[in-house]
Amino acid sequence: MATVDSPADFGIERRRSGLVDYITTTDHKKIGILYLYTAVAFFLVAGALALVMRAELAAPGLQVVDNQTYNELFTMHGTAMMFFFVVPLALAFANYFVPLHIGAPDVAFPRLNALTYWMFVLAGLTAFSGFATSGGAAPFGWTGYVPLSESTYSPSVGADLWIMGLLLSGVSGTLGAVNFMATIFGMRAPGMTMFRLPIFVWNIIVTSALIMFTFPVLTAALSMLFIDRNMGGHFFDPKVGGDPILWQHLFWFFGHPEVYIAILPFFGVVTEIIPVFSRKPLFGYRGFVFATLLIGAYSFSVWAHHMFTTGAVDGPFFSATSMLIAVPTGIKFFNWIATMWRGKIRLRTPMLFCMGFLFMFLMGGITGVFLASPPIDFAVHDTYYVVGHMHYVLFGGSVFAIFAGIYYWAPKMFGRMMNERLGKVHFWLMLLGFNVTFFPMFQLGLNGMVRRIADYPAETGFAPMNLLASIGSAIIGLSVLVFVYNFFMSKRRGMPAGNDPWEGYTLEWATTSPPPHHNFTRLPPIRSQQPVFDETQQAQRESRG
Amino acid sequence: MNPSTSPKRRAVLGVLVVVLAIAASACSEVKPQDALDPAGPYARQSDDLWNLTFVLATVVFVIVEAALVFAMVKFRHKPGRTAAQFHGNTKLEILLTAIPALILAGLAIPTVRTIFDLARKPSDALQITVVGHQFWWEYQYTDLGFKTANELYIPVDKDVELTLTGATDNGLGDPEVIHNFWIPRISAGGQDILPGHANFLKLHADEEDTYLGQCKEYCGLSHANMKIVAYAVAEDDFNQWAEEQAAPPEDNFTGDAAEGQKLFTSQEGECANCHAVDPGLEAQPNVGPNLAHFASRETFAGAAFENNTEELSNWLRDPPAMKPGSRMPDYGLSEDQIQDLVAYLQSLK
Repeated sequence: MATVDSPADFGIERRRSGLVDYITTTDHKKIGILYLYTAVAFFLVAGALALVMRAELAAPGLQVVDNQTYNELFTMHGTAMMFFFVVPLALAFANYFVPLHIGAPDVAFPRLNALTYWMFVLAGLTAFSGFATSGGAAPFGWTGYVPLSESTYSPSVGADLWIMGLLLSGVSGTLGAVNFMATIFGMRAPGMTMFRLPIFVWNIIVTSALIMFTFPVLTAALSMLFIDRNMGGHFFDPKVGGDPILWQHLFWFFGHPEVYIAILPFFGVVTEIIPVFSRKPLFGYRGFVFATLLIGAYSFSVWAHHMFTTGAVDGPFFSATSMLIAVPTGIKFFNWIATMWRGKIRLRTPMLFCMGFLFMFLMGGITGVFLASPPIDFAVHDTYYVVGHMHYVLFGGSVFAIFAGIYYWAPKMFGRMMNERLGKVHFWLMLLGFNVTFFPMFQLGLNGMVRRIADYPAETGFAPMNLLASIGSAIIGLSVLVFVYNFFMSKRRGMPAGNDPWEGYTLEWATTSPPPHHNFTRLPPIRSQQPVFDETQQAQRESRG
Repeated sequence: MNPSTSPKRRAVLGVLVVVLAIAASACSEVKPQDALDPAGPYARQSDDLWNLTFVLATVVFVIVEAALVFAMVKFRHKPGRTAAQFHGNTKLEILLTAIPALILAGLAIPTVRTIFDLARKPSDALQITVVGHQFWWEYQYTDLGFKTANELYIPVDKDVELTLTGATDNGLGDPEVIHNFWIPRISAGGQDILPGHANFLKLHADEEDTYLGQCKEYCGLSHANMKIVAYAVAEDDFNQWAEEQAAPPEDNFTGDAAEGQKLFTSQEGECANCHAVDPGLEAQPNVGPNLAHFASRETFAGAAFENNTEELSNWLRDPPAMKPGSRMPDYGLSEDQIQDLVAYLQSLK
């Protein structure tokens, strides 16, 4: 039931040593912080793998790593970014802020929540432990296409560890999704109707639904692959009636919604930040909700656009559904801009990252329309064009929004403001580095550079653009160092944040920073989508007269 | 200029100069796999669709980004400004939903037309079956009754219909991995080569030239070394080439070449366990490339290396060192044996 306070916790603050406290905690806020740290750690590791790849590609010839290592690097880079960074980071924000947003004292199942987190840690470590084995980590790309991922071609233990890691992460994700659904549907504070939910919470609902419907499909596919590899199964063996295309169908039936799992929570983050920094209510709240639901629904009907070149799927149908998904995304775009329209825009660091998100994600979205067209896809599929597109969506989109969220919410989570000047340095460096890295990739792909290659001959003419991309990646690396320094420095010595440093609208700003164990000692009345704004307006009116 | 900002500006300017210099040098290079430089009608169809989509995309991109920049600049925080408090505008929202929907519907028409165009089989086309192997190409000229490996010859200005397929048994008991066949300037994009499936791809080259491509679908350790080379030649030259390729290979050798042949066919050499020297379509074994008329090829091992004495000798010394993951292992051949084998291979005209 919806409660304002949890009486059992009321007024009781048990103090234990930090480490034991964090290991045994079931507090959604502490689990959120654990998710944040762990996911960022995986981001740093996966980012380092990418920097090694860029160093290798900077010039023709093999200078830094051999083919085998390179293949392990791009496999684990993609795997870690998708499974152990972006999605867990969404869960970090969701853990911390969903209960606060709906005025609840915790999630519905706090112990399950702790299990979910620790299972995710185990999943990541399992997948990465392949690097410690003699055969190395999995070398077949994050998509794990058969027959290449079968035991004949990838006999290493690292491949089985990869399967196990992903299985664990799938179970962990599914449990987390169930928990958020139960929390959002069952624990909203009085007055918090569905159409007063912050958009972030709506996006977590849709994300959770996508996780619940798609992760089991991945689990099934991985189990089949595991049986093929270790128990003499033949699910994907065409010689005895199996089919390698089956893997692709199962993988992408999971994999395309997975892309939305990796972006929708961050649409939510951006949608929270833009109104606050424009000093305006969100434009077209219901349009946003329906667009999010539509994107979620459509995402199940577009998976085969990853498979146009197999010749085994219906091109026109999947082309049409893929293009259609641009419509609800377009609605969101217009609503974000309309929210800024006639506002009073404060370009603080969180808002800057949101602007970066809008600029870069638009590029990602529009380049995606080309890929939705099979005749163009035939030409650019599996080239660097796709690598460019995907990074504009997931890095320019998700990662910029993640940093927006961190700069926006770190004051609430840690009680101190992050340094604004360093935040701006981080933003501009990252924006520059990002574009210098990934924009040349469009050109490279069109010029015929194939992805997943450690080397290219000089005669191909790919060298200058690759050098540029590698320089850009170093700038990104530098910007991340600025962020890490800023984060830890500000956590110790930043300006105290107070309850509501941004003059926010949603309920997390109605409590202390960081919030007490039970979250709220009182809740403002919830009569709209921006209860904290309503209350401050009310207070101002009363003080005036 | 404020002195405290000038080093910063200089740094930004420096970065810009470097970026532009590298970008400019990139533009001046020759790019043999450029999809934006089609040399045949089918590659051009994809390119035309690209050009149309590019114009629409650029217009949308510029309008939206301009609106964004305008909003950021025009409505930025200023003392005295109040933010208008409005929650939505149903008419505007419907309009702004309809516009992209209409643009996409408009784009769908030429897109679907091109899909069907590219899927239509050409009449009177030269039929070639392409079989993908890890990491080389088998080309079966099914109409003409012979096969070859790694180098594709096609007549200029004529439709070529490729049937793309992978073995369900690669000769070692396992299905072949997935490849993707793609010659950007003359093919209708790239299509996957799947074990147990037959895919279809059209080629057409307008001019006599050498066209390059490579395997697009990640296929293992030497994915980067799985190159494609296609020679588009005049009809007469093509016919002459086909006649030579279909002819049974020479069998009478002297000197080193005879020694090489002896080693090639002997138990000890093991070469003939995987390689046939017979251009017949049914020639076995088929684990490694068919070496009939090997000396007529300019490249070898997935078109990755130049066919000359030095490269061939290096190859025979240790194949996986040149092409990681190569199914041909290092047989520990002596320098004499290598010399004999090279002589033999170079006599296979």
